[in-house]
Amino acid sequence: MPLSEAIRLALQQIRVQKLKSFFTLLGVTIGVMFLITVVSIVEGMSKYMEEDFVGKLMGINTFEVRRFPSINIGNTTDEQWREWTRRPFISESDARAISAVLPPGTLWAANTFATDVPIESEYAKQRKLMVFAVDGDYFEIKKMEIANGRPLASQEMATGALSVVLGEEVARHFFPNVDPVGRAITIAGTRYTVVGVAEKQGSVFGFSLDKFVVGPLHSPLRRVTHRPGFTSTSVGTLAIQSPTAAMMSESMEQTRATMRSRHKLRPAQADDFDMSTSKSALAFWDKIKGYMQLAGVALPAISLVVGAMIIMNIMLVAVAERTHEIGIRKALGARRRDIMNQFLTESATLSTVGAGIGVAIGIAASKIIAATSPLPAAIAPWSIAAGVLTGTVVGIIAGIYPASRAARLDPILAIRQE
Amino acid sequence: MNIDAHESALSTTAERQVVTMDAGATPSEDWVIVTRGIRRDYDMGGEIVHALRGVDVAIKRNEYVAIMGPSGSGKSTLMNVIGCLDTPTAGEYWLNGMLVSSKDDDELARVRNREIGFVFQTFNLLPRATALHNVELPLVYAGVPSAERKQRAMQALERVQLADRMDHRPNELSGGQRQRVAIARALVNTPAILLADEPTGNLDSGTSQEIMRVFEGLAEQGQTVIMVTHEADIAAHARRVVVLRDGRIASDTRREAFAAQIAG
Repeated sequence: MPLSEAIRLALQQIRVQKLKSFFTLLGVTIGVMFLITVVSIVEGMSKYMEEDFVGKLMGINTFEVRRFPSINIGNTTDEQWREWTRRPFISESDARAISAVLPPGTLWAANTFATDVPIESEYAKQRKLMVFAVDGDYFEIKKMEIANGRPLASQEMATGALSVVLGEEVARHFFPNVDPVGRAITIAGTRYTVVGVAEKQGSVFGFSLDKFVVGPLHSPLRRVTHRPGFTSTSVGTLAIQSPTAAMMSESMEQTRATMRSRHKLRPAQADDFDMSTSKSALAFWDKIKGYMQLAGVALPAISLVVGAMIIMNIMLVAVAERTHEIGIRKALGARRRDIMNQFLTESATLSTVGAGIGVAIGIAASKIIAATSPLPAAIAPWSIAAGVLTGTVVGIIAGIYPASRAARLDPILAIRQE
Repeated sequence: MNIDAHESALSTTAERQVVTMDAGATPSEDWVIVTRGIRRDYDMGGEIVHALRGVDVAIKRNEYVAIMGPSGSGKSTLMNVIGCLDTPTAGEYWLNGMLVSSKDDDELARVRNREIGFVFQTFNLLPRATALHNVELPLVYAGVPSAERKQRAMQALERVQLADRMDHRPNELSGGQRQRVAIARALVNTPAILLADEPTGNLDSGTSQEIMRVFEGLAEQGQTVIMVTHEADIAAHARRVVVLRDGRIASDTRREAFAAQIAG
């Protein structure tokens, strides 16, 4: 029997018995729906991480030099930890030495930061927030646009002026209904003048990126951000941005060589500093993504197994109900494989329809989740294909036993059954 | 074709004896069915039932034969064997020059599809399919392309005067019309034999006559017809009547002799 004929028969079967078909397909539908939804969310987060999050946090074509990695997955051994704490801090002179060897057009920025720094203004109560003390081309590298006022001038950076740029939420909190630019804000007891307010950065997984204050590294802010062991010239992170992606790896090599020579490392010794790119920051995300995708596959798998069992049962009932029909078909010349194919196609068609519905609900669910929660969602085209294909495969597997039973029926006995 | 021509197509007892004796030999083209010593045993829970105990039947092309017998005579078993739905325990069965008694399931399905047109007592139409689709079914399994299938099915329905009912489902047709759809389905693949099993068993006498006239017409057009029945007046429509009793052939006579027999 031609495939189109068998598919038509199967679809007719679904139309005739809508309610039964609905229950038959429930398992597969739910399974595929989960698959699509979970994959969409993982994909959405992934896209966010790759395009947005890393871009905002690190900047494009940018690498960072640190004392030790800022993001770690897995357990750090005590030994590793001790080695890290013995490392020298990155200093301003490192920044100058590196920028001296890198090609023109390269941007650099040094920063240190502290959380829970008490801040107040005459318009609002005290609040503890994150404060960055920065030097170099910080605003350019972070692609931080200023919505109101101006960024810190290089003159202010060099002299350590008492000027700050506020995050959008900070500005709104401390200067409700007044223009913050030109007004005073007190940070850890020192009065600064607000020169600008950054454009709204949005949020990552529900955490606002607009709660920060940026001031010059050489201002008194630096003391606020000091860590135990810091010298007067220590910085936390040195960010370096190459003018093009192509130049980045060479710049990283030059930076590494410069840092090694400044730390007087012998060739056999390992680096005693960390260099990370947005790619390496993403490595940790890839790991999380792996686990999430595993869950995204494992959960639907359970549902699909249940779905397959339901379909198998329904197909066994169908074979029993249609024994007479099978007898007629065999008498008229249907071979075993014709009957086998007919029921396999029916089972596969049923299941594929179920999967198709699952895909539709999954897409809708993803969109709803994306719209109503901080979780981003992006529908991956491959997941749609995978979902539908999964349905077909489940249908075929579930159909094998019932179909082979139908195929083996004795035509004489089958045709007698009414 | 007139009756005389029909009579000449009829096989004689002597001819039949020759062709059924020659074990292993392929019968000549004239013979559409030759069985040699067909036996069929069933194992009914340890007890062996001998449904057929050595049946020799030979039927020439264009013959119109009725197989008769009371229930339990083995006529259904013989019909299943002739229809390639069942394989004999022992003996040879030659259909249209092929030794079908040694074929496997799928080969038998192919033989049923190409060589045999079934007409059943209960019509056995697919209830949810239209008359046209029912008639198309054997062509589906013969691998005939869709357009040709439709055309041939329509022609077959025309042969039984049902062209105007082709979009109807079986439950929208009368018993006689259903049986005519079944006949159209049996004829659509131009089979070597038309094999009818109690074709009038579910029909009233008027409709029965109507169906018998269809068979008559087909036989006159040269179609080999084999009809299994337990009704003597239906069997009397055939040119030749084979009577089965206890799994053996009890008599094999021309219609006239048979008529005399039942009259006497």
